[in-house]
Amino acid sequence: MSVRSYIVDDRERKTFLLDREVLVSDEILRKEMAQIFGRCWIYVGHSSELKKPGDFRSRKVAGRPVIFCRDQGGQFHCLFNTCRHRGAIVCTEREGNRRRFQCIYHGWTYGNDGRLVGVPGDDAYAGSLDKSAYGLRRPARFEEYRGFWFMCLDEDADPLVDYLAGAKDYIDLVIDQSPSGRMEIIAGVQEYDVAANWKLMVENSVDDYHLPSTHSTWLNFMANSGVKIEPPKEEGLVLPTRGKAVELGNGHFTTDNVNFRGRPVAKWIPIYGEAAKAEIDDIRRELVTRLGAERATRVADTNRNLVIFPNLVINDGSSVTVRTFYPEGAGKMHVTAWALGPLEEGESARARRLDAFLTFYGPGGFATPDDVEALELVQQGLANWAEDRWSEMSRGMGKDGEQLNSDEHHLRIFWRRWNELMGAQA
Amino acid sequence: MTMAAPKVVTRAEVEDFLYHEAALLDDWKLNEWEALLTDDATYYVPPNDQLEGDHRSTLFLVADDRERIRQRIIRINDPNCHAEYPKSRTRRMISNVRIVGVEGDLVKVAANFVCYRYRRYERIREYVGAYRYILKRAGDGFRIKERRVLIDAHELGSLGSVSFIL
Repeated sequence: MSVRSYIVDDRERKTFLLDREVLVSDEILRKEMAQIFGRCWIYVGHSSELKKPGDFRSRKVAGRPVIFCRDQGGQFHCLFNTCRHRGAIVCTEREGNRRRFQCIYHGWTYGNDGRLVGVPGDDAYAGSLDKSAYGLRRPARFEEYRGFWFMCLDEDADPLVDYLAGAKDYIDLVIDQSPSGRMEIIAGVQEYDVAANWKLMVENSVDDYHLPSTHSTWLNFMANSGVKIEPPKEEGLVLPTRGKAVELGNGHFTTDNVNFRGRPVAKWIPIYGEAAKAEIDDIRRELVTRLGAERATRVADTNRNLVIFPNLVINDGSSVTVRTFYPEGAGKMHVTAWALGPLEEGESARARRLDAFLTFYGPGGFATPDDVEALELVQQGLANWAEDRWSEMSRGMGKDGEQLNSDEHHLRIFWRRWNELMGAQA
Repeated sequence: MTMAAPKVVTRAEVEDFLYHEAALLDDWKLNEWEALLTDDATYYVPPNDQLEGDHRSTLFLVADDRERIRQRIIRINDPNCHAEYPKSRTRRMISNVRIVGVEGDLVKVAANFVCYRYRRYERIREYVGAYRYILKRAGDGFRIKERRVLIDAHELGSLGSVSFIL
C-alpha cells in the first residue's frame, strides 16, 4: 500500500521540499525501523577489530544487541546477544577473547560460533530439548566487503556486493592508502549522543554548504596554523576548491573534492610540522610506485565523504573516520565513530593521523561540536514543524550540469531513496 | 651558606591551586587560565573505552599540545564557536585531592571531579571523573605541565561533546 509522499520533488519548478514531520514523528520512526533498518544492509564492524579466533566485541546495531565475534576456526559471526532460554544478554563485556558465552541467569552456555553447548540440569527436559535448535539467533544475512561487515534482517535482500553498487569504488579508494590493501580500526572509540533525528547526521556528513558558516572557527584555526585557504575563485563555489556530489546507486552517494585542507596520506600542511615532510614524501612515492601517478593523485589529493545508505559514513578527509549512528527516539541519535588507518602504518604517521583527526572530528574536535550544535538547533526549531512544515532543499536543482558538494543534489538522493523505501509515492 | 631544604608540598596548597583553576574555567577566564600552563603543557581527554591509552596510538577525545591548547582557547573565545555560544554555565566540584608523587620540581596530583554543564532548554550534562595533573613548582605556586581528564561514563553518550575545557 502506498502512502502519501514525504517529499515534494518538482523537477519542472526545480523545487525540492521535505516534510519536517519525518524528523519528529515517533510513528515514522517505528516504520523506519521496519522498512529501512529492517531491510537495508547495516554496518556491524570491521574485520580488524577481531584479530584472533575467539575475539569478540559486543555492541548495538540498529538497536539490536549483537556479538561480533570469531569462532575457534577464525570464522566471523554476528550473533544476537540474547539468551534463547529467557532472553538475558549473554555477553556483558565490551570486548575480549572467549570460547564460551555463559548466561549468568541459569547458566546456558554458547560457543563462540553461537551453538548451545551447555544447559545445566538438562536431564529435566527428558530428552525433549533439541540443543542444536537453540543456538544464538543471528541476523538473516551477514556479509563482508573488504573488511567491512554488514548484517541484513531481510533474508531476500540482494547480496551486499550488489547492494553497495558504486560505493565499492569509493571504499576501494580509501583502502588504496594501505600498501597491503589492509586497513584497521584504531583503538579508541568516540560514542556520543546528539539530540537530533538520525537523518540529520546523514545530511550533515556530506553537506559542504555549511562549512563556511558552521565551521568558521576551524577555518581560522587552519589559517592560524599556516594553512592558506583561498577564497573561492570560481563562480558558484562556497569552498576554496571544486568538489562534486556523486550518486552511487541504491541511495548511496559521496562528495568528491579537490583537497585544500591537508591529508595525512601524502598531502603535507604546516600543522604536521617540518619533520613530517620527508615521511609524507615517502608515503607519496610509495603510492605513485604502487598505483601510478593518476590513482595516487586520486588517493592523496581528494577528500571524500561517503554515505552508504542508510547510516554508514566514511569520511576520508583530515583523517579517515568510520561513523555510524542509530535513532534512539525521533529526536535523538547515538553516534559511534572510529579512526581507520593502514595496517602497516608507522608510529609517527599513525600519531599524525590521529592528531589530524582531532583537528576537525569528534566530540572534542574543532568542528564536530559545532555540527552537533547545528543539528540540535534544527531539532529544537522543528518543534514548530506543524506550523512551518517544509524544509527547502532545492539548492543546485536549477542548474544544468555538474552538481557541487555544496549543492543539495546528494541530500535529495538520500531523501528520494528513503521516501521510496518508506512506501511513499513521490 | 647552607642549602635550603626543598619545600614540602602540602595538599592544601595543591587544593588552593585546583580551586583557583576551577574558578577561572567556570568563569570562562580562559586567558588567565592559559597563564597557569607551562610552555610545554598538554591537555588530554582519553576515549571512554581506553582510559589508559596513549594518544599517539589511540583515538582520544582531546590530545592537545601547547599550541593546540592556544588554538582551542582562540576557538572557544570566538562567538562563532557555536557549541559554546551562548556559553554553557559550568560548575566544577573538586574533591579527594591527593599528592601521588613528587619528583624534583614536579608534583603528581590526582583528584575527583563533578562538572555540571547547563545549556538553554534545560540541557543538563553531568561530567564525572578524575583529574590527573603533573604540576610544576613555580616560585611560590604551580604551573600545569600536564592535565588529563578521565571520564567515568562508559561512553560519552548523553554528555554529547567536550566543547569546553573540561
